[in-house]
Amino acid sequence: MERAESQSPLQADRLAPVRSLLRAMIVPVASVVVALAIGAVIIALSGANPLVAYSALFEGGLGSGRAIGRTLEKATPLIFGGLAVSLAFKCGLFNIGAQGQLLLGAIFAAFIGFSLQGLPAVLHIPLALLVGAVMGAVWAAIAGTLKAFTGAHEVITTIMLNFVAFNLTDWLADGPWKDRSPGNIVARTPAVAPEARLPDIAGVPLGMILAVLAAIAVWWLIWRTTIGFELRTVGQNASAAKYAGISVRRMTVLAMVASGFLAGLGGAVETLGVVGRFQPGFNVGLGFQAITIALLARTNPIAVIPASLLIGVMQAGASRMQFNSGVASEIIDVIQAIILFFVAADSIIRWVLRLRAEEGERVTLSSGWGS
Amino acid sequence: MTAEPEIVLEARNITKRFPGVVANENVSLKLHRGEVLALLGENGAGKTTLMNILYGLYHQDSGEVLIRGEPVRISSPSESIKRGIGMVHQHFMLVPVFTVAENIILGAETGNGPFLDLKVARQRIRELSRQYHLDVDPDAYVKDLSVGQQQRVEIIKALYRNADILILDEPTAVLTPQETEELFAIIRSLTARGASVIFISHKLKEALAIADRIMVLRRGRVVGETTPREATERSLAEMMVGRSVMLEVEKGEAHPGAPVLTLENVTVLDDRGQQVVNGVSLEVHAGEILGIAGVQGNGQTELVEAITGLRPVHSGRVRINGRDVTNASPRRISETGCAHVPEDRQEDGLVLTYTVADNLVLNTYYTPPFAHGIVRDDRAILDHANRLIERYDVRTPGALTLVSALSGGNKQKVIIARELSREVRLLIAAQPTRGIDVGSIEFIHQQIIAERDRGAAVLLVSAELDEIMALSDRIAVMYHGRIVATLPAASATREELGLLMAGAQPVNAASELATDGHEPVNVQRRGV
Repeated sequence: MERAESQSPLQADRLAPVRSLLRAMIVPVASVVVALAIGAVIIALSGANPLVAYSALFEGGLGSGRAIGRTLEKATPLIFGGLAVSLAFKCGLFNIGAQGQLLLGAIFAAFIGFSLQGLPAVLHIPLALLVGAVMGAVWAAIAGTLKAFTGAHEVITTIMLNFVAFNLTDWLADGPWKDRSPGNIVARTPAVAPEARLPDIAGVPLGMILAVLAAIAVWWLIWRTTIGFELRTVGQNASAAKYAGISVRRMTVLAMVASGFLAGLGGAVETLGVVGRFQPGFNVGLGFQAITIALLARTNPIAVIPASLLIGVMQAGASRMQFNSGVASEIIDVIQAIILFFVAADSIIRWVLRLRAEEGERVTLSSGWGS
Repeated sequence: MTAEPEIVLEARNITKRFPGVVANENVSLKLHRGEVLALLGENGAGKTTLMNILYGLYHQDSGEVLIRGEPVRISSPSESIKRGIGMVHQHFMLVPVFTVAENIILGAETGNGPFLDLKVARQRIRELSRQYHLDVDPDAYVKDLSVGQQQRVEIIKALYRNADILILDEPTAVLTPQETEELFAIIRSLTARGASVIFISHKLKEALAIADRIMVLRRGRVVGETTPREATERSLAEMMVGRSVMLEVEKGEAHPGAPVLTLENVTVLDDRGQQVVNGVSLEVHAGEILGIAGVQGNGQTELVEAITGLRPVHSGRVRINGRDVTNASPRRISETGCAHVPEDRQEDGLVLTYTVADNLVLNTYYTPPFAHGIVRDDRAILDHANRLIERYDVRTPGALTLVSALSGGNKQKVIIARELSREVRLLIAAQPTRGIDVGSIEFIHQQIIAERDRGAAVLLVSAELDEIMALSDRIAVMYHGRIVATLPAASATREELGLLMAGAQPVNAASELATDGHEPVNVQRRGV
């Protein structure tokens, strides 16, 4: 489907790509609309006015320069996480461990950030980002290797590795890498050196620019390279991949490594761009929102950007909504969960809209279970 | 037939549409008491849809079904069973670890409260078995039965439920020629006692041999009705395809050259760790077609997988062009010039969610001109696709159509085009024409012979004895994981091959080779 879109020149019907793009958007858009509608009902039931709440929500996310800045800030790690999960999906892998990979990336970027002093920014930033990304990749490689060589399901192993990552980073931030400055009693690392902080470029945070570049790079990798073809073939039909001479094991490890690299990079960007240090508990749930985003974007790397922005707007506007309408900001989590529900169980939306199942490459959420 | 016997089953103007296809259009059918009606048609002609409507799995959009003159609406298989319709599916629905009796009563259990009472059931099964010469022991475990015997269990299952209308869906696909003869005898004894049989097939010979009447379906419509007396294989084939077809394969003499594929004492294990290929040695020479005949499930599948690197070789040696490729990767084997048309084209040969163009480079995508370094050249892939679609006459709306939208025959042409467009020194074709239309079969046979004449070595594996006999220069018979005999195709007869396929000792002097120690005739074959 998507390949067909990218090769329009020889297609008889020039509008076909546009139509298929619109068709692909129906379910995600409908899922968001339905989720917002259900959210409105819940808000009304809690005694508030949904219109007031939603207008405050979008005002808080888009209403001013500062609001937009906050939205971009929230959306940046979501893009990395969404790309990480999407890339793994392309190879038929469900990476639930983006959270853990992101934490590893975040704490190691912080470590490079605070432990090296006096390095120029052009060296310090790339080094910290790279180390963070590589640590994310290493963390994911564990699950990838287990899957490839023992068949251990990546959903199980990545969930387990998430717990290990939570506790490992907690311990590092409260032990060897703890901020020992006078007065600090909480578990956190020292602040990173100013040279390691991500600057704004022409008013846009560098992290956001990197996120967009990463999305383009992932798109290119998936659709324009032989590696992407191998990844997708393994994801679509592993036995045909084997027949075609593709090593399923190698691609499984590679896909997890690339996925973990992106998640780790997301954690590093968040640390160096927003927080400035590592604090346990920062952005808990980001790895799971990444799954929502990947599914909302139907694992299309470019579509991950608008999907992340949408969730970013909600997160940025949540406190304004709570302030203006008295609706608890947790309602945003409820809406996100409903979106996830509908995009994951898209046959419900298809049934509501009386749509036929779509042709083309599929996202498999449960391959390998029970076999 | 002067006095018209009672009509037991009638379909009137059945139409069934699926999104984008009309599977049945105005199909009418009459089945008389005591007759065998053969329903002939290519894959996708609508035979199975029609039967599924009669059996209650689908409901027609329009038209009606009458049983013994009474209009009925059959909404489920259990209802059709109640009305006396029994169906024997192509794939048996039996529990291997249950006995015959347990399988037969499954869903119709007799007994006291929660306790099973098999005594009555066993008694009835013995009676039925005797009455129809079915020769089935109610206490045998299904897993120990041959495929032919399992099929008889399915037939008894229907009779046990008092079915007097039997639908047999491609019943001979898994049988040896001798087992087919036995099945025909059973069908005759059923009809002699008043049962009626619908026999679904795409094999012309069988329809002519067993049917009282033959109905031909094409593209969802009834295109003709005839009797074996009036019809010939040629006339039936024309009806099925809609044009005249060549039934005989034209091929010149083979000019065998040096050995290309050499197997030495190859053994292979199946997924459960059972040794299913037991020391196969053979040579395939350049410029010849070696056909492997055998009933499905005798190790052919695993042998091909082992040669092509998809399954480990347990012991023994595989050489291609003198190079040892035992347990080499599929890619290395493919790069020796080994083309592989896999048995399961949907599962192994194609990625159904990919375009035709992508499928045409499925195993060459990384080589120039399709890729430069790691960057794909979509233009080159598309040009290549358009060229092959033209040359191999693949019927597709375009190179960017998803391959899942193509018919079985055209899917197979995509695979053939991909495999033969490389430089081929060894072609391994497993079931190359299974389930595809006669027109495509003709084309694919010509391509295989052309490849031989170009000097490639061809290893052909097929469950269709006719195909083996028509294409091969030499025929190796595989039974229980062994090559029990290798014969020159020119002198091999159906009967002889059939006996060998069933495990008989080779007796013909024409046998070049017979490995020692293979099992005697009466050993039961393992299930498929």
